[in-house]
Amino acid sequence: MTILTQTRNKISLLNGKPVRVLLRYLVIFGVAFVLFGVILWLAGKHPIEAIRDMLVYTLGTPAGLSEVIVKMIPLLFTSIAVALPARVGLINVGAEGQLYIGAMFAAGTALAFPQLPAWILLPMMVAAGLAGGAIWAFIPVFLRARGLVNETITTLLMNYVAPTIVSFFVYGPWRARGTASAPQTVDFAEAARLPSFFDTRIHLGLVIGLVILAAYWYVMKYTRWGLEMRAVGGNQQAARRNGIRWTTYLILAMCVGGAIAGLAGMSEISGIHGRLRPNFSPGFGFTGFLINWLSNGDPIGILLMSFVIAMITSGGDILQLKQGLPFAVLNILLAITLFVVLAKPTLFERKKA
Amino acid sequence: MKLSSDPGLSSKNALISMRGISKQFPTVLANDRVDLDIYPGEIHALLGENGAGKSTLMKILYGFYRADAGKIFFHGEPVSIRSPQDARHIQIGMVFQNLNLIPAMTIAENIALFLQDLPPVYQPQKIHERIEHFSKQYGLEVNPQDLVSQLSIGEQQKVEILKLLLSNARLLILDEPTRVLAPHEIESLFRILDNLRNDGYSFILITHKMKDVLRCADRITVLRSGWVVETLCAEEATEERLIALMFDKEISTHIIRQGQAGALSSQPLLELKGVSTRGEGAATSLNSIDLVIFPGEIVGIAGVSGNGQKELGDVVLGMERIVTGHKLLFGRDCTHRSIADIRKAGVSFIPENPLSMATVPFMTVLENMALTNTWRYARYGGLRVDWQAVRLDMETALGKFGFSFSPYIMARSLSGGNLQRLIIAREMAHNPKLIIASYLTSGLDVQSVMVARQALQQARRDGAGVLLISEDLEELFALSDRLIVLYGGKVVGHFKPAETDSYTVGHLMTGSKAQDDNIDSNPK
Amino acid sequence: MSLLALLGVLSSAIFSGTSLLYTTLGEVIGERAGIVNLGLEGVMLVSAATGFAVTSVTGNPYLGILASMLTGGLMNMLFGYLVIARKANQLASGLATMFFGFGLSALIGSSYVGAKIDSLPRVLFPGLGGLPKQYTSQFQFDLLIYLVVPVAIGVWFLLFRTRWGLGLRAVGESADTAYAAGRNPNIIRYQALFLAGMLAGLGAAHLSIVYTKTWKEFMTAGRGFIAVALVIFSKWHPLRAIAGALLFGGAVAFQLLLQASGVNVSPFLLDSIPYVLTLVVLMAWGGTRKHSAPASLGRVYHGSE
Repeated sequence: MTILTQTRNKISLLNGKPVRVLLRYLVIFGVAFVLFGVILWLAGKHPIEAIRDMLVYTLGTPAGLSEVIVKMIPLLFTSIAVALPARVGLINVGAEGQLYIGAMFAAGTALAFPQLPAWILLPMMVAAGLAGGAIWAFIPVFLRARGLVNETITTLLMNYVAPTIVSFFVYGPWRARGTASAPQTVDFAEAARLPSFFDTRIHLGLVIGLVILAAYWYVMKYTRWGLEMRAVGGNQQAARRNGIRWTTYLILAMCVGGAIAGLAGMSEISGIHGRLRPNFSPGFGFTGFLINWLSNGDPIGILLMSFVIAMITSGGDILQLKQGLPFAVLNILLAITLFVVLAKPTLFERKKA
Repeated sequence: MKLSSDPGLSSKNALISMRGISKQFPTVLANDRVDLDIYPGEIHALLGENGAGKSTLMKILYGFYRADAGKIFFHGEPVSIRSPQDARHIQIGMVFQNLNLIPAMTIAENIALFLQDLPPVYQPQKIHERIEHFSKQYGLEVNPQDLVSQLSIGEQQKVEILKLLLSNARLLILDEPTRVLAPHEIESLFRILDNLRNDGYSFILITHKMKDVLRCADRITVLRSGWVVETLCAEEATEERLIALMFDKEISTHIIRQGQAGALSSQPLLELKGVSTRGEGAATSLNSIDLVIFPGEIVGIAGVSGNGQKELGDVVLGMERIVTGHKLLFGRDCTHRSIADIRKAGVSFIPENPLSMATVPFMTVLENMALTNTWRYARYGGLRVDWQAVRLDMETALGKFGFSFSPYIMARSLSGGNLQRLIIAREMAHNPKLIIASYLTSGLDVQSVMVARQALQQARRDGAGVLLISEDLEELFALSDRLIVLYGGKVVGHFKPAETDSYTVGHLMTGSKAQDDNIDSNPK
Repeated sequence: MSLLALLGVLSSAIFSGTSLLYTTLGEVIGERAGIVNLGLEGVMLVSAATGFAVTSVTGNPYLGILASMLTGGLMNMLFGYLVIARKANQLASGLATMFFGFGLSALIGSSYVGAKIDSLPRVLFPGLGGLPKQYTSQFQFDLLIYLVVPVAIGVWFLLFRTRWGLGLRAVGESADTAYAAGRNPNIIRYQALFLAGMLAGLGAAHLSIVYTKTWKEFMTAGRGFIAVALVIFSKWHPLRAIAGALLFGGAVAFQLLLQASGVNVSPFLLDSIPYVLTLVVLMAWGGTRKHSAPASLGRVYHGSE
């Protein structure tokens, strides 16, 4: 074997070959932006200006940049919530619902113990968020492990039940006085708020998210469990025959994934909102699913893609302001990005276990 | 080529004639200048053991394969069969072992799906009537409105036959039709075949079962290693004669044995006592298996595929659930232990298809090597994997056999033979006490086959026990210390290879004789 | 709970359920062919926006309905291209279609928010002429409502009494068997998706052009997903979907009724009824063959080997 192939093979053990990966993303977004521009132009708007405005606002100003990071935080969590189960071959479309239940549990904790100091309350809320998400994910995976129902359908359906439960509480027992028209809970105590950095809205959730991302990377790459999970996802029969406990991993991966999505919910309400509102998520769970597809579960890819997608959604505000376009229009851009990946999945990339 | 002795039957009246059919696959010559004639109104058995070429020949007739050489004639006219459509066009139909039915739809719908002349808008009632016309006439009793999922395998088979009849097939090829049938269902099937044959339909039965052949065939063609040994009429066919034709008496018994089996007084590695399993769907159930394996011996399991050998291997590994009976490994009851526990105790498994059954294709060679023994390489409770140790073990294991693979290439880029070598090395790496080798040489090139056999013999020398499941009688005779024959999920014979011959084993494999009433699977 | 109130619920259920039923019927066809379309929400939105825009511009609601149907068919073809030609994962493709629909509909509809249109005329349900006005006003229905049950029967007929429908169902159960029977699974799937898209467009048209007579972003409010749930709830059978659509469509109206009579059930729990019911159905029936989905639902067909 030549030196070239040997080096290439060695690099393949690492997650992603940097140049190829970058090239792939560049092409995907390049094509997507171009097509988006075409659609804008057909609608009578000015595409080049629009895109320039987006980029300038989000990357050019400190305020813009900080907003991007704020929007990125929940996406980090939900992407991992989809990526981890995907490793064992499960498709988790339920991050949205898991997020809500996690938020609900965390809110419940905050409301029940407002008098506790932050260093006790916050970890409790984290635990509650994890628990909520894990429970919400357990039901679908349990059914799947028993061979009863496919988890994609169940997780999807449960996405729609979760916000109604949250609304029930917010409109009902947890409703703050005087908010009958736009119900929400009472403001959380200071101690229940994740602290932010300096003057920005960027909160500790970012650190938690990055830590979890690093843990995800480490576990999948270096630990025994990561190896076995990748085996289950790569060839379930072979993994079984080799003695790997595959049902355990199915349940574990899904519940941990759900827990992480729950954490997304907790970090949003604790770090940004400071209270629980109904329907507070603009689709973080689905966006996380999209990010996972774009990055194929690769940790660096998740980081990059979360940033880029956050940047795009941030840019929506500017589009609305300056071009008179409804905010929802940038869903087109997101969709086209996903279309490109789906239509040509092997663009510069090799499949991994 | 010897056609029947009846002068009235000349090839001119043949419905289908195959002449000089040859088919070469990469590792084997599956059909070697085969001639075959099928006449209207006959049941023709195609008899032979594993790898004789029966299935390939029929797949050529049905259009799945193209022959490399030879011609096919329909009513004396040459035809070209390039796809199943072409075959159906000349009224040939085939019933496969994996039935081609949709469980969630009714019998009528399944049949309607395959009707060539179904109108764009149809009425189920009309279909029911057409079905009933045939079913009454030939004894294929079914209720057209039943869902296929509710039917037994035997009934599903009847539906398949009806499907072909309603599609105007005149020659029906049945692939191992009685494999999954109970005795009374077999008789029922044969009565149906008789009725149809008397009305001018023709059948080709691909089979290895002596009883079936003797009961219903009008003419029999025996294949062996890809060529036609002989074609006979039913009157000329006796069990003895057929066995003699099917099996090569001169099995090269290069009994490469060094050293006899280990002391029989030592504790058995594996004991199966009355083990039964329940196969799902078309899988074979094991029926009260008794088996013992001692250290330092290779126990061969002979049988035509589909009679329980694969299930036996899976049962020992723990992949198949034991419904009644006990399994003891190294003296301890392991009837319901997990695969992980069984492997940890010192059992290894080499399956027939490494890519789909033993490796994760998109993982590297190094990662695949670690898969069976992750517990061995885990450090800090699982937080790290000691890849150095994996590497070391891998090199030692591969070195024992003289192999070498780059650790960082993906498993799927290895050839089949190399992959199997890798698996053999992996499974033998930590001196397993019991090795289950399930068709480990099937589809391999000659060199890899030699390597695999040598590896098993080395293991035996090292004191391990080997459960050798194989389709290849030659291999079994050459390697085994004891030979067990399975038929229909039961042990029907138990020998030392030197004390028997391929004919006797052949009898048992084809169900024509049981050894004697008290099969004692323990060595004498 | 007066009779009038109950009738009001029924009327609401019929109005609300019609668009749901059309969409569900379309999804039944698609899923029977083995394809699950999570992007229905997006398909409906784009169709609704386009139909509304065309109606507003031309002043002709019938043209608007046709435009809506065509749009639905085309959107589904886009989805079909990904799933059939590119063999992409159905769920991800569906979500992409959903996002696309969110954005495209917002773009198309942006100039028409708040526009007023001429809608379809409403005709009293035949045979009720003699009843007092307060009852009859509840039962003035439009053309699409009158057509929905015949269409459902038509879908049933198509699936269960035609050669094409038989082939479609076979494709959804086992594409390989269908192929062995001489069908072309890919072409059948495209055809199924186009038809499904047109039906979804019809449902969307009813929503924007007839029922609400407005366009608003995200106006389908999850109906696309409820349709997917309803397909499961109806066990993939077009006639059962009628009952389910009434039930699901009526849930909201029923909740208002309960509130009005002083029964204190949380509206949100009622909102979740369609999904909870479907989950329960899935769990209860998931194990048995008879009630489970078309066997190949969601799987990629890799062509003949």
